[in-house]
Amino acid sequence: MFTETPLVRRKLSIEAATKLAFGAMAASMIVPLVLIVGYLVAKALPVLSWEFVSAFPRSNMKAGGILPAIAGTFYMVAISLAVATPIGVLAAVYLNEYARDNWFTRVVNLAVVNLAGVPSIVHALFGVGAFVFVTGKPCILAASLTLAIMTLPVIIASTKQALAAVPMAFREACWNVGASRWQTIRHIVLPNSLSGILTGVILQVSRAAGETAPILFTGAVFFRRELPASVLDQSMALSMHLFSIATQGGQVPETVQYGTAVVLLGLVLAVNLTAICLRIYFRSRKKW
Amino acid sequence: MTTEPNGPTDQYSIETKDLCLWYGDFQALIQVRVRIRQGIITSLIGPSGCGKTTLLRCFNRVNERYGNVTTTGDVRVLGKNIYDEDVSLPELRKAVGMVFQRPNPLPISIYENVAFQLKVHAEPGSLSKRERDQAVESALKEVLLWDAVKDSLHKKATGLQLEEQQKLCIARLLPLKPQVILMDEPCSALDARGTEAIEDLMSVLRERYTIVIVTHNMAQARRASDECIYMLLGRIVEHGPTLDVFLRPNHKDTENYVEGRYG
Repeated sequence: MFTETPLVRRKLSIEAATKLAFGAMAASMIVPLVLIVGYLVAKALPVLSWEFVSAFPRSNMKAGGILPAIAGTFYMVAISLAVATPIGVLAAVYLNEYARDNWFTRVVNLAVVNLAGVPSIVHALFGVGAFVFVTGKPCILAASLTLAIMTLPVIIASTKQALAAVPMAFREACWNVGASRWQTIRHIVLPNSLSGILTGVILQVSRAAGETAPILFTGAVFFRRELPASVLDQSMALSMHLFSIATQGGQVPETVQYGTAVVLLGLVLAVNLTAICLRIYFRSRKKW
Repeated sequence: MTTEPNGPTDQYSIETKDLCLWYGDFQALIQVRVRIRQGIITSLIGPSGCGKTTLLRCFNRVNERYGNVTTTGDVRVLGKNIYDEDVSLPELRKAVGMVFQRPNPLPISIYENVAFQLKVHAEPGSLSKRERDQAVESALKEVLLWDAVKDSLHKKATGLQLEEQQKLCIARLLPLKPQVILMDEPCSALDARGTEAIEDLMSVLRERYTIVIVTHNMAQARRASDECIYMLLGRIVEHGPTLDVFLRPNHKDTENYVEGRYG
């Protein structure tokens, strides 16, 4: 009784094999990350210095720093988030908390899903047609708005998910003591979904910072001698800078190219780290 | 209830007339006509899907939050048809509170849970801290929970035992003086001791409040309610004093159900 049959043995060996295969695939995700970061940092090490992040480019990008590109990326990302976050979060609250399942909701949801699937270069063309047309010339504002359109659907989707994770029982409890929807949202739903909402928003920072196509025609320039003075100025940006110096046919030293990539990567990682810390902080305050 | 009912009163807290309700195309309540007396415990029994929870949710109109619901007919609470256009849902829910199957305290402190309704309904700043404290204390005392939690009022409510959570869910209805308390299988998540505690509490609250309880537990309906309503397939089959429904049912369906032949 209770002895191994051949069938059981076969099941066990398949079990072991599948576990190994799946585990190996999961583990393999670490490899590219380590290789990319390691390779970039190693190649960039000679050029990384305080000057590199605080000075203007000199001698046709071949020396000096990349300050204007950092500043441009910072402005574009900040403005795009300042626009996309309130619109996205409020829209998601509407869709998750107020909307009934009718044709309007379905149309909005369809629009969100499809907008999320639009390639970034198409967003860029839309930005040219819509925002640059209004502002008259490519500028930070037009580029930021293009980035905002690009990040909006993802912010809506992630916020909706965070809101949906708040148990329905809490809402029922609120309605049944006569709380309005807004009181329910304000006192219960939002405080308990804040960590998820913030995480989703911050992850879009890295996406907005990394995309080149949407800002290519809408506000980013190859080179500019001074920092932007207003949102109607054009500006350099990290992703654009990297793209242009890397495609210049070997005139710009490799170290500068890799240095730019490391700065971009570092900014994105720093932002993601902030997201993780915020999430941990808000989770610890969660009370269920 | 082991004590005898206070004798019939002519006062009804809830009266429905020709109440029909559809979820989309599905009719869940058919021509429901029921009168629920004030100040007693009325139980709603019947097999799953018979419409008892739906009926319960009509009494504070919370059904409407669950999607595509159409209601016709009259539901009078304290004499007022709650489907009239001038009825404000927050005001209605102040008077008609609900307790759920699974205790659902809000993810805030015990104190805030009880004070939540005050916060929701009162003009901001119109209540002093002392008035709030008193309201919280008397509500917790009324549900026999005060002694257990008075030293941990600011601990999170979700850390309480289930039975205490359920008492808290009842307590949070009380600061605004409801007339009717609806209970949707309030003990099904509790063990025998918790069930007993909630039933004891119901008998304490009886008379001050009209209590309507949906239950799957026939023994509970029998021992804890004064009147009993038996429902089947969206209709009311029988409504009478609990012992009559159990011992001398008028309908074959009721008899089969209360004797456990189906359901």
